[in-house]
Amino acid sequence: MTDGADKPRQTPSQTVGPYFAYCLTPQQYGYDFASIASGTLAGHEIDGEHIRIEGRVLDGAGTPVDDALIEFWQADAQGRYAHPADPRGSNLAFKGFGRVGTGTDPHKRFIFHTVKPGSVDGKQAPHINVIVLMRGTLLHAYTRIYFADEAAANAVDPILLAVPAGRRDTLIAVREETPTGTVYRFDIHMQGERETAFFDA
Amino acid sequence: MNTISPRDWASHPPYLHAPYRSTSLRGPTKPLIPIQQTLSELTGPVYGHESLGRLDADLTKNARRNGEPLGERIIVTGRVMGDDGRLLPDTLLEIWQANACGRYVHKTDQHDAPLDPNFLGGGRCVTDDEGRYRFYTIKHGAYPWGNHHNAWRPNHIHFSLFGPTLLTRLVTQMYFPGDPLLELDPIYQSAPAGARERMIANFSIDVTEPGFALGYVFDIVLRGRGATPMERTP
Repeated sequence: MTDGADKPRQTPSQTVGPYFAYCLTPQQYGYDFASIASGTLAGHEIDGEHIRIEGRVLDGAGTPVDDALIEFWQADAQGRYAHPADPRGSNLAFKGFGRVGTGTDPHKRFIFHTVKPGSVDGKQAPHINVIVLMRGTLLHAYTRIYFADEAAANAVDPILLAVPAGRRDTLIAVREETPTGTVYRFDIHMQGERETAFFDA
Repeated sequence: MNTISPRDWASHPPYLHAPYRSTSLRGPTKPLIPIQQTLSELTGPVYGHESLGRLDADLTKNARRNGEPLGERIIVTGRVMGDDGRLLPDTLLEIWQANACGRYVHKTDQHDAPLDPNFLGGGRCVTDDEGRYRFYTIKHGAYPWGNHHNAWRPNHIHFSLFGPTLLTRLVTQMYFPGDPLLELDPIYQSAPAGARERMIANFSIDVTEPGFALGYVFDIVLRGRGATPMERTP
């Protein structure tokens, strides 16, 4: 298709709505339909530092959202993506995709069990790519989680450097050692003074 | 590696759209931060034919307990492509919808209409070599919601697609031709005029199966391949 007039145009985005769970996260919510993904990206057999990432989605009034859907896309502990475009070859044991709704936890958290990703190209600090969907967002939001204990790598990460200095800490997950393992806490603020930095790539 | 074409902002709704009230506290208010496309954006989850259950694409069969679901059977098919015109094979589609009475299976749906024990309303399909998908389902009823007085959603099927990379992710809704509620629906109307019409399926007598079900065609266009290759790491 070389004629600009015939070029197909993008289908508009619409909200995921409140009732995605029986299709997108059925097992988490107790529906009788197999899930393609869950909050567990890595079982014990996967190499790497096993971590938990927990957080809430907060609306402009500071109220935790109980019908959000959070998706993770991340590299494995060596920084490899399970995708044909990764030139270093995929780690097929680690799919790298997770999906959790905020409607089943009493504190409205999303909780992911995964491994801490490695640096993907030697230039970027370790990070997890995050897609945020919910009733009331007509277009999904895209952000990233960086790790507080990677300060040196974060300081030179080209994507973090594109974020105004005062907003960078909205992308940094705080590390905490607990009796049940290492937890990173990362809240997503849709609006307000601490509005999370969202990207257009 | 090729980049992905930009998001066509003239085709998508804004984050804040006052007539759809839930956007007012949930849509980001600060401008999105433009970033380069890196390997993180130019890869994405891979789900092919192996991720499907046998009846995933047939919603009239994938949740049967003691009989057939009630309602009018329909066929929904179409092609998935990038905005560069390339058809996209091996692309996962996930769909969900209300039942024939306009009731969602979801536990928090309080609409006073009956559930159907033989209908879940969720399905999946992966596109074939020519980017084509095909679902069998039930045409669902209109759905009341609390956005404003006497608010009813037009008939719609929710669609979720990944496409080849993280940047091609799309969640949208398919609507039906001639639905009088489209003019009154703030979600449909949130997309710009000239673009929103792309979300309306076309009735097709060719897709319609004689004596069995009406057919609708809904083609879906994702962000396609970009014009410039990604900057190489030396």
